[in-house]
Amino acid sequence: MKTLDDLRKIRKKAQQEMKLRESNNRIKIVISMGTSGIAMGAREVMKAILDEVSNRNLTDVLVTQTGEKGLSSMEPVIDVIEEGKQTVTYGNITTEKARKIIAEHIVNGKVVNDFVITVQS
Amino acid sequence: MKFYRSHVLVAIDDNSLKAGVKEIETQLRIELEKNNLTDEIKVLETGGLSYFGTGVSITILPDQITYLNLKKEDLSEIVREHLLKGRVVSHLILNTTLTNKYNFNYKNRVVLENSGIINPENIEEYLGTGGYEAWEKVLTKMKPTEVVNEVKASGLRGRGGAGFPAGIKWSFTAPLRAKQKYIVVNADEGEPGTFKDRLIMEGDPHKLLEGIMIAAYAVGASKSYIYIRGEYKLCIHRLELAIKQANEYGILGKNIFGSGFDLEIEIKIGAGAYICGEETALIESMEGNRGTPRSKPPFPGVEGAWSKPTVVNNVETIANVPSIIKNGADWYNTIGAKCCRGTKVYTMMGDVKLPGLCEAEMGTSLRTIINEYGGGMREEKSFKAALVGGAAGVFLPNDMLDVKMDFSSLQEYGAVLGSGAILVMNEDADLVEMLWSIIRFFRHESCGKCNPCSNGNTVLFKLIDGIRKGKGKEADLDEMVRISEVMNKTSFCALGQSPYMPIKSAIDNFRIDFLARMK
Repeated sequence: MKTLDDLRKIRKKAQQEMKLRESNNRIKIVISMGTSGIAMGAREVMKAILDEVSNRNLTDVLVTQTGEKGLSSMEPVIDVIEEGKQTVTYGNITTEKARKIIAEHIVNGKVVNDFVITVQS
Repeated sequence: MKFYRSHVLVAIDDNSLKAGVKEIETQLRIELEKNNLTDEIKVLETGGLSYFGTGVSITILPDQITYLNLKKEDLSEIVREHLLKGRVVSHLILNTTLTNKYNFNYKNRVVLENSGIINPENIEEYLGTGGYEAWEKVLTKMKPTEVVNEVKASGLRGRGGAGFPAGIKWSFTAPLRAKQKYIVVNADEGEPGTFKDRLIMEGDPHKLLEGIMIAAYAVGASKSYIYIRGEYKLCIHRLELAIKQANEYGILGKNIFGSGFDLEIEIKIGAGAYICGEETALIESMEGNRGTPRSKPPFPGVEGAWSKPTVVNNVETIANVPSIIKNGADWYNTIGAKCCRGTKVYTMMGDVKLPGLCEAEMGTSLRTIINEYGGGMREEKSFKAALVGGAAGVFLPNDMLDVKMDFSSLQEYGAVLGSGAILVMNEDADLVEMLWSIIRFFRHESCGKCNPCSNGNTVLFKLIDGIRKGKGKEADLDEMVRISEVMNKTSFCALGQSPYMPIKSAIDNFRIDFLARMK
């Protein structure tokens, strides 16, 4: 049970955390885990990404999940969010493509243009 | 055995034969002859290459390149460029590269602003985006009547299909004196082709909960039910988790933040009947009875679940409420069309390049929705019709592509916005098949309570089935319109009233399709 003041504190903390998280961790990978995404293999993609992240010892990468963005025909969709850079949204991701994105985008900083749906600031 | 450098597979099936594949194959052989390639390259006939509706297509091996929708004049280029020089003719190729600048329209989103960004299973991420600020504002600064008036002033209209103003609905129930009032969220989403509520509940369950809390405070309800269809397993899981978290944080429960207001939210799982999307049938089903509609009046707002005043709202309607309270009715009045404020979530299916879901302001034209969010027509075929509003919707022909998608603009053309489902059909679509499947659906889903609907749908199905099998007469078309019009006027609930609109619009706008089956 919490009071309203607690709630405000949590809100502030969460707001800061969401920012901090991005600076502590260099990169955040967000996987869309809606019904369509899961049906198209988002769970396998997440496993592949986690696997790749731990194999390569990427300690500054955070992997998290979210709901659908709406582009069901391009699921699984993943976002790569980097502090101070544009957010890149990839679509139609398979486990192989996910591994390629880790190798090229996360490690070498090169956006894999073939899979990009959109780039937002 | 002779060695060939490359094989060209020519797909031969019903579609490609119709599109003149034989002629194209001859042309291909002529071009190969011209370039002296007959010794190096072999032409093979195969079955369909599993690309549906793509005219004549060929695959070149070992390069694994497929060319679609070929015309006779394209072949000299393919032979010259690809087979002779080894350069892929990119403008004829099956396009698999993604669009590079798809617009998710997050800037203008209200309901789905967090879906696809935050983690739906973590309440703190929702709090971090300014979540439950509206709930705090309502509890500490606003009286229930002020909340009702704010929603009334915002002009929020129900998103379930009928478009009844939400604030007015609440104002019927709010002043009533009763021991118990209920808020029921209609998450049954049975309209074929609609999945907008699923995304809201999956992507941002706390937004729905916050909306429910505000609605419950406004009308004085201490208990709320979310009636959700059983197929939405992930939604149920995430909503249960969200309710649990909200209870742990004291956002739900008894005497919330010392305000003296109690609220409990419970999930009821539906068994998948279309009729249970109708509010009174939904209430019957929730009470544990057979899902058949009740007679109105008394309306649920006065006498609903267990004969207590009950407000039934759609998920999308409720999900609009937190933003309205947080930013005020004046802010909401700057978005959307004059008749109906805010945004609408559309689900798009059929022959578009990028089927899926988009949220756009009310009053966005159908053309914009199809071209910008749907990526345009698939395979560059021409637009024939769009079924707007689900099975109970209206077939819009080509000349109505620029109609504004909001309640009153559509009403001018006798159309409805409905649940926001848009089924796009290209030149190949056959309206007889479409209408047949819609009427079959209604016949199957009719609950049997009233005569016009149960008998009417059976007769309608018999007529359309006859037309489909080539046994129909032109008089059958007028008979179908007449019967469905009678059903529209005499049926007990919206289910029996529904077939009129698709039937009338299909027959009025695409009569030629039906006549083609009669000969």
